[in-house]
Amino acid sequence: MSHGFFIWASYVVTFAALALEVAFLFRRSRRAGPSRQIK
Amino acid sequence: MTAGMKQGMNSTTFRWFWFASPQTFFPLAGTIARWCALGAALLALAGLYVGLVAAPTDAQQGEVYRIIFIHVPAAWMSMFIYLVMAGWAAVGLAFNTRLSFMMAQALAPTGALFTFIALWTGSLWGRPTWGTYWVWDARLTSELILLFLYLGFMALHAAIDDPRRADRASALLAVVGAVNVPIIYYSVQWWNTLHQGASVSLTKAPSMAATMLTGMLLMALAFWAYSIAAALVRVRCIIRERE
Repeated sequence: MSHGFFIWASYVVTFAALALEVAFLFRRSRRAGPSRQIK
Repeated sequence: MTAGMKQGMNSTTFRWFWFASPQTFFPLAGTIARWCALGAALLALAGLYVGLVAAPTDAQQGEVYRIIFIHVPAAWMSMFIYLVMAGWAAVGLAFNTRLSFMMAQALAPTGALFTFIALWTGSLWGRPTWGTYWVWDARLTSELILLFLYLGFMALHAAIDDPRRADRASALLAVVGAVNVPIIYYSVQWWNTLHQGASVSLTKAPSMAATMLTGMLLMALAFWAYSIAAALVRVRCIIRERE
């Protein structure tokens, strides 16, 4: 297997995992309700 | 800046205890999270450029060494986040402050994610370099235990219905588990491991080219900024869900 596979598998999975966490955070933030209640 | 934030930051002193309340910390966390998210994006772009384009090919490992630009910062973050999480948990146990427990809870998923990334990228670097994806040496095994500690912390918190009891039980696990962090860090010195020693140290000159070091530090700063932003957005969610 070429080295390119290992490099891209590392970078793609890393940034996909971070993007997934951001997506989950946005979803949780929307479900938690408007922030006006706290301010 | 809201009136509450102005009240907490007068011209001469930063009033720490003012921001210990979830309600007053909430707007400050939002402001910091926005700036850190922006910083993380810019630093990651710069780190990616240096790591994938500007940094030269390594004489021994060839191109595959470029994995270290995410592997090493992710491994640093996995240990650092755990220490910060255990620190908040200890403060919560000592002073019974709600925000400390919330911060510990908010940090755990991001710490677990960076531990997974460190293990994943390390495994993909190990295959072409060592000839295997995994060995049960001290560094790799203790890092895997760190992942289980994060998952255990989150599972324990989720398993107890009463939030105050869940906070205290999981905080105790976080504090006890902190003993694993120095074991990870010093494992390459204490035991004869396949994993090499530290390439970057505060006490010694770095053993790598300046461009490589720059790429690694840029990515480390990006991960720092990302972790702060993610933890603060999550703690804002926790505050809204609980308060």
